[in-house]
Amino acid sequence: MNAAVQATKEPPTKVSVRSLDFYYGADRSLKNISLPLRTNKVTAFIGPSGCGKSTLLRVLNRMYDLYPGQRAEGEVLLDGENILDPAIDLNALRSRVGMIFQKPTPFPMSIYENIAFGIRLYEKLSRADMDARVEGALRGAALWDEVKDKLHTSGLGLSGGQQQRLCIARSVAVQPEVILFDEPCSALDPISTAKVEELIDELTHRYTIAIVTHNMQQAVRISDYTAFMYLGELVEFGETDDVFNKPKEKRTLDYITGRFG
Amino acid sequence: MFSIEPSRRSANGAGGEAGSDMSEVVLQQAASLSVAADRTRVLGRLALVDRLFRQVTRAAAVIVLVILGGVIVSLVYGSWPAMKAFGFGFLFSQSWNPVTENFGALPAIYGTVMTSIIAMLIAVPVGLGIAIFLTELCPYVLRRPIGTAIELLAGIPSIIYGIWGLFVLAPFLQSHVQPALIAAFGDIPVFSTLFAGPPYGIGMLTAGFILAIMVLPFIASISRDVFETVPLVLKEAAWGIGATTWEVTRYVVIPYTRVGVIGGVMLGLGRALGETMAVTFVIGNAHKISGSLLAPGTTISATIANEFTEAVGDLYTSALIELGLILFFITFVVLAVARYMLMRIEQKSA
Amino acid sequence: MSLYASRRSANSIATTLCWVAAIFGLAWLFVILGVLLYEGVRGLSPAVFAEMTPPPGSAGGLLNAIAGSLVMTAIGVAVGTPLGMLAGTYMAEYGRYTKLTMVVRFINDILLSAPSIVVGLFVYTILVHPMGHFSAISGAVALALLVVPVVVRTTEDMLLLVPGSMREAATALGAPRAHVVGKVAYRAAKAGLITGVLLAVARVSGETAPLLFTALNNQFWSTDLAAPMASLPVVIFQFALSPYKDWQQLAWTGALLITVAVLALSIAARALSAGRRKSK
Repeated sequence: MNAAVQATKEPPTKVSVRSLDFYYGADRSLKNISLPLRTNKVTAFIGPSGCGKSTLLRVLNRMYDLYPGQRAEGEVLLDGENILDPAIDLNALRSRVGMIFQKPTPFPMSIYENIAFGIRLYEKLSRADMDARVEGALRGAALWDEVKDKLHTSGLGLSGGQQQRLCIARSVAVQPEVILFDEPCSALDPISTAKVEELIDELTHRYTIAIVTHNMQQAVRISDYTAFMYLGELVEFGETDDVFNKPKEKRTLDYITGRFG
Repeated sequence: MFSIEPSRRSANGAGGEAGSDMSEVVLQQAASLSVAADRTRVLGRLALVDRLFRQVTRAAAVIVLVILGGVIVSLVYGSWPAMKAFGFGFLFSQSWNPVTENFGALPAIYGTVMTSIIAMLIAVPVGLGIAIFLTELCPYVLRRPIGTAIELLAGIPSIIYGIWGLFVLAPFLQSHVQPALIAAFGDIPVFSTLFAGPPYGIGMLTAGFILAIMVLPFIASISRDVFETVPLVLKEAAWGIGATTWEVTRYVVIPYTRVGVIGGVMLGLGRALGETMAVTFVIGNAHKISGSLLAPGTTISATIANEFTEAVGDLYTSALIELGLILFFITFVVLAVARYMLMRIEQKSA
Repeated sequence: MSLYASRRSANSIATTLCWVAAIFGLAWLFVILGVLLYEGVRGLSPAVFAEMTPPPGSAGGLLNAIAGSLVMTAIGVAVGTPLGMLAGTYMAEYGRYTKLTMVVRFINDILLSAPSIVVGLFVYTILVHPMGHFSAISGAVALALLVVPVVVRTTEDMLLLVPGSMREAATALGAPRAHVVGKVAYRAAKAGLITGVLLAVARVSGETAPLLFTALNNQFWSTDLAAPMASLPVVIFQFALSPYKDWQQLAWTGALLITVAVLALSIAARALSAGRRKSK
């Protein structure tokens, strides 16, 4: 598969996964994964439940490091640097690779504070500068008009879709380079889902995006590349149009046509 | 969709010119490089704070262990003179003579154990009954208030029970209950010694009864929490085949929660053994072991509470500390077993 | 009797007994609180809050005892709470899966239910004996040692309730553990943590045994921390066991004051945790 990708002129790659294995204790849940995340493009990960898509995503920002007994082997290169190296500063990594989770989790603070939290980690800004950054982040998440009059009320008072966009604004405020989305719309209604998808479409101009999704139509709508995974293995990777219209593997075809999953 | 772009770009601070995607990417990378340099410095500082906080909290956790160690060491150190003077005979000697400096722990140990047994005999059935009532029989509207009332009862300081026992319960028992008990069991062989007069009002039985009222809400509370861990489907399955409420409780709830209930009971026992103020007022403070439950006696904690500040001489003080060591040992064992059992039921329901 | 009938009667007997148990238990609550109210209110007057503990046979109040209790409880809570919270934080955050945490949790739960008189003996041995005299500071230390296990337990429990997804969200922004704990987890568990402190104060307010031979007692007004200090529970102990009627009356009134304080704190703690549950 690597050969097939390298045969064409390679577009710029932000993150390169090479021979990645992942273990929960003694269970090997990711087997020899190799794939690229192209710069400023959206890569979707699809596959049935338990195939390892979320696990793979959580390797990309070393989120699994929080839990003992989970480990990764292989290489994951971010701009050429291997982030699986134990010497890597995890906080620095996570400031460059952001993550949006399935369930919106606003912090128990005001909307303003939610956004300011991340910014304050790295920068000391005057009140005016912080206000501008918060506004910028909220505009970037298409949330500004809806919350500009209640910036100092609790983030928990927003609707599900708004909370998720708040989480996106929060991540964007930290000026990452890559944003990982772990089934961001599965807890949202269709209208909020559409808004979030619109957002991802715009974000792609500035960031490299990876999205795990259960919804194949969503993958078709918003992604440039698609990776199909099954039981911990990468079955097929390619441009979305190719994977969905001319899949090379039978398993891919079966999944896409709904024969299983 | 694209109309929002200009304001996003200017807000992000990475240059304000409109341009091709390519130059924007270059600008973005340039901006992120300088941002990255600043960040490394900040992150270094954050990492230091992180390490510091981790060490401080870890030290605090270790201090908890140090406290326990300190208690044990200080008790042994303080009882050393008495341990040297009396050896193991201390545990079995009945004498308690400050003048000749001859001390023995047996009456105190006997009193501690006896009052706790009396307390458990009353508190366990009643406490379980209350727990069953709260989980099965109580009308839903009343569940929260009655549950709260039981927990408030558990929070009343023990000295309140003590003075209530001294001024209200003891006189009542003395004038009404104890004469009746003495008369009723007067002719029956074993019981006539157990309930022999005179009716002091205070004494072992009174102390045991006060302890029972103190421990009762505790056992009821823990048992209720443990009963509530039974999955509803299990009980519904039993009701579904026509079992009565009592049968469901007896054959489903109690076997399922058996370990937890025993753990809760032992926790209550640990409390009863160590209780001081409720007992000191009504036990009578007599260093004697008598066959009658109506006679005065003493417990370890009552002895210490009553005599420590008046103890003259190192051996007297040391003997009292050794009593404390014995009490700590007994309660430690009981509580350790209880916690172990409760740990197992927590794992089961997790 | 048919099997069905005997089963039904067994059920009736058992349920009746349970009802009796509940009424029995609740009855004692009302009897004790009722007597306490009656006897305590009888001696309630402004003098109780204005005058010191009197020698037997004369009138007086409980001012020095109330003040002493407030001072020692405040110090005890001020010392014990940070220690307990830090330990609980380690157990729930940094050391959640470590062996140290398991051991500390076990030991802490034992300390929680250990006889408080033993704590008094411990403080006597390490503070009073070397100092050569009783003191308020020893009393405060004894109370602090009773506060620590309660706060450790509630802090750990409350922090464990904070959803892992919230921690992950903060970590994903690059926040170091200390920030995740200090700025997010503490914020989320705030109501529960305060509840824990209130419960610790309630528990310690009524403790007599550990003060008996650490702070001892003091007939007069004293703010000297190195000297013996009066406290409500110890005064009640002394006055109740005496043969003097006015002392006994003051003991009842003091008991009422303690009970009101403890119940108020417990109800406040309950209201806080109910409020938190509602906002979820």
